[in-house]
Amino acid sequence: MEGQLIDLTLIWALIIAFGVFMYVLMDGFDLGVGILFPFAPNEEARDIMMNTVAPVWDGNETWLVLGGAGLLGAFPLVYSIVLPAVYLPILIMLAGLIFRGVAFEFRFKAKDSKWLWDVSFTVGSVVATFAQGLVLGSFIQGFDVDGTRFVGGAFDWATPFAIMTGFGLMAGYALIGGCWIIMKTEGEVRDWAYRVAPVLLILVLLFISLVSLWTPLMREAIAERWFSTPNLYYFLPVPVVTGLITLLMIKALRDRTDYLPFLCSLGLFLLCYSGLAISLWPNVIQPDISLWDAAASPGSQLFLLLGVLFIIPLILMYTAWTYWVFRGKVTRDSVGYH
Amino acid sequence: MEFDPLLLSRIQFAFVVSFHIIFPAFTIGLAAFIAVLEGLWFRTGNPVYLQLSKMWIKVFAVSFGMGVVSGIVMSFQFGTNWSELSYASANFLGPVLSYEVVTAFFLEATFLGVLLFGRDKVPQGMHLFAAIMVAVGTFISSFWILSANSWMQTPAGIEIINGRVEVVSWLEAIFNPSFPYRFAHMVLAAFLTTGFFVIAVSAWYLLINKSREYAKVMFSMTLWLVTIMAPLQLFVGDLHGLDTLEHQPAKVAAMEGNWETQSRVPLLLFAIPDQEAEMNHFEVGIPGLASLILKHDLDGVVPGLKEWAPEDRPHVATVFWSFRVMVGIGMLMILVAALSLLLRYRGTLFVNRGFLRLCTCMMPLPFIAVLAGWITTEMGRQPWVLYEIMRTEDAVTPSLTGGVALTSLIVFVVVYALIFIAGGYYISRILKAGPEQETTPEDDAVTRHMRRPARPMSAADG
Repeated sequence: MEGQLIDLTLIWALIIAFGVFMYVLMDGFDLGVGILFPFAPNEEARDIMMNTVAPVWDGNETWLVLGGAGLLGAFPLVYSIVLPAVYLPILIMLAGLIFRGVAFEFRFKAKDSKWLWDVSFTVGSVVATFAQGLVLGSFIQGFDVDGTRFVGGAFDWATPFAIMTGFGLMAGYALIGGCWIIMKTEGEVRDWAYRVAPVLLILVLLFISLVSLWTPLMREAIAERWFSTPNLYYFLPVPVVTGLITLLMIKALRDRTDYLPFLCSLGLFLLCYSGLAISLWPNVIQPDISLWDAAASPGSQLFLLLGVLFIIPLILMYTAWTYWVFRGKVTRDSVGYH
Repeated sequence: MEFDPLLLSRIQFAFVVSFHIIFPAFTIGLAAFIAVLEGLWFRTGNPVYLQLSKMWIKVFAVSFGMGVVSGIVMSFQFGTNWSELSYASANFLGPVLSYEVVTAFFLEATFLGVLLFGRDKVPQGMHLFAAIMVAVGTFISSFWILSANSWMQTPAGIEIINGRVEVVSWLEAIFNPSFPYRFAHMVLAAFLTTGFFVIAVSAWYLLINKSREYAKVMFSMTLWLVTIMAPLQLFVGDLHGLDTLEHQPAKVAAMEGNWETQSRVPLLLFAIPDQEAEMNHFEVGIPGLASLILKHDLDGVVPGLKEWAPEDRPHVATVFWSFRVMVGIGMLMILVAALSLLLRYRGTLFVNRGFLRLCTCMMPLPFIAVLAGWITTEMGRQPWVLYEIMRTEDAVTPSLTGGVALTSLIVFVVVYALIFIAGGYYISRILKAGPEQETTPEDDAVTRHMRRPARPMSAADG
């Protein structure tokens, strides 16, 4: 959009990136709680774990809906190419989100069938996370596009790389979920979370290395970007900071601090996310559709921007307020599920 | 065997959206009812309102949860199954749906947490505020989604450039010709649905002599509500019909089963429309009444279906019958409202067992009316997805194969059936427990599992 005073497309790219990141962080920890659910020491621990996320999961998941609707509003081409391309992973994700979403309400209403909703919550969380990882992987790999349409097959997403990112995302969500549990609980549950967090951290680091090696091997353009000077020097801080945060997190877990592990896990996610953005920029559909090719018309972007700039800060304010209302440790005696 | 991805996508969309609309139709009114109960509790301190609110909040939580998860499906389905429509209409539908998310969904979801879990964590006024915000959120949500739907029915404020929609006037596009009527019609329908649901539950309590004090309060409150709203709905529905006659006359022709452009069109009470033969079998009608309703003149000329080429007509029998189901149930609602006035006057409202039985039986009917109404308007729009701009057959995702579409359809049917049965079962259990049992230990799963003392507020009912 040359000649324009403000690049709306760029602003929208930042807003969507922010929305998706908010989703990954916020639904990330409650999906992670679901993934860790079966490993919890006992049923009471599961009750407590669920009560830590019960008041906020719904708001967290709304960021996903914003991602979908915002994409349609600001980058319709991405919406209409990517969704058909990952039809089956999206279907699996939706089915998973349905089962875990209703489990919150049903589980505490059930008596004899409570175990069923434990299973529903876990399987739903695992499946939804894995499917999101599949979408992420195939997004990095790119799609078979002709003009404005996806022209590939229904199973194009089923590659070893996407399956690897599926497992990677599971490890990642489980890590922030575990750190969330450390932050929000005490006693036996927290002790257990301190034990699983280091294992998850190792897994996550393993997957980060795997993605970092695999991506440039898979795509020459990315290798070029990473390993040519002077880019190499600009990107060098990313692995260095990742290493530093890892060390900080190991120390935080050893000292058994409450908040630091969670903040470190968020930091790791932020770094991975920005690393990804740097690698793919400015293409939004690999290999060659740029943000500007995919953008909605400027009038529509502007109309939506005016509202969003005003409303998103408001949303962040009242979201922060609810987190503040439900601050502190959740125990078996705190006011839990209604 | 070949499956048609277009047909399967249409079935899937109809199934998913029909399943979804049941919950908003119920929760829009219920959120407002809860806010009113919380407000009354705040002002009067009468514990009856508190206990009622607590019970309905539980019902709300279960149905809202099902509404949320089925709503997420909707926001992706446009892209997965209707990518051509999405791409062509994104410049309008994208911003409008995004506005719905940022102005409504976040508000509902976030304050719902406080409504459900915050009673003892925030001041009472703040809790009331959360209840009001949830209710406001449901309204804002219906505003945007009905604007989007109405725009697809009666597009305005746009130009088509290279096959894509460009918005030239946001005001005209958002407040398109059918929007005010559809919005009012749907919000009233939602209130009536919740109203009759609450009425049915209270009538059932009165019949089996359970929680009488609570039942009387909500029975009387909601009967007043429907006494005002059921006749109002008839009036709004009529205006909506006149607006449709102006902007989508083919739909009205199908609703009336009217093939010929003529004056003195009869209002058909019964008919079996025959799409092939372009006529009706077994017509039973009242002469001239349709002309009178639609043109406010017995001699008014109403366009018939033959004005349009066969491929541009909706499926007449579907539209004709779904419309009659909706109107029939609406009339029944007005009858119940009128009877309630009579029984109030006689002072036998809470004891007339015949009336109480009738009220109990009404429970599913408003849901059916809502579905029938949507079938009328959506099937009546066919063969267009964007009225007279884009045909449904051109909207489907080109890369979608029949096998994949069939898979997703089966998955959604199975998943929704499971959660619908479970959700319905848990709601029925909450209602069977009733407002008085709200905090007794054996019924409170949380108390059982978490061994915590009853909540402080439970002191209110001794």
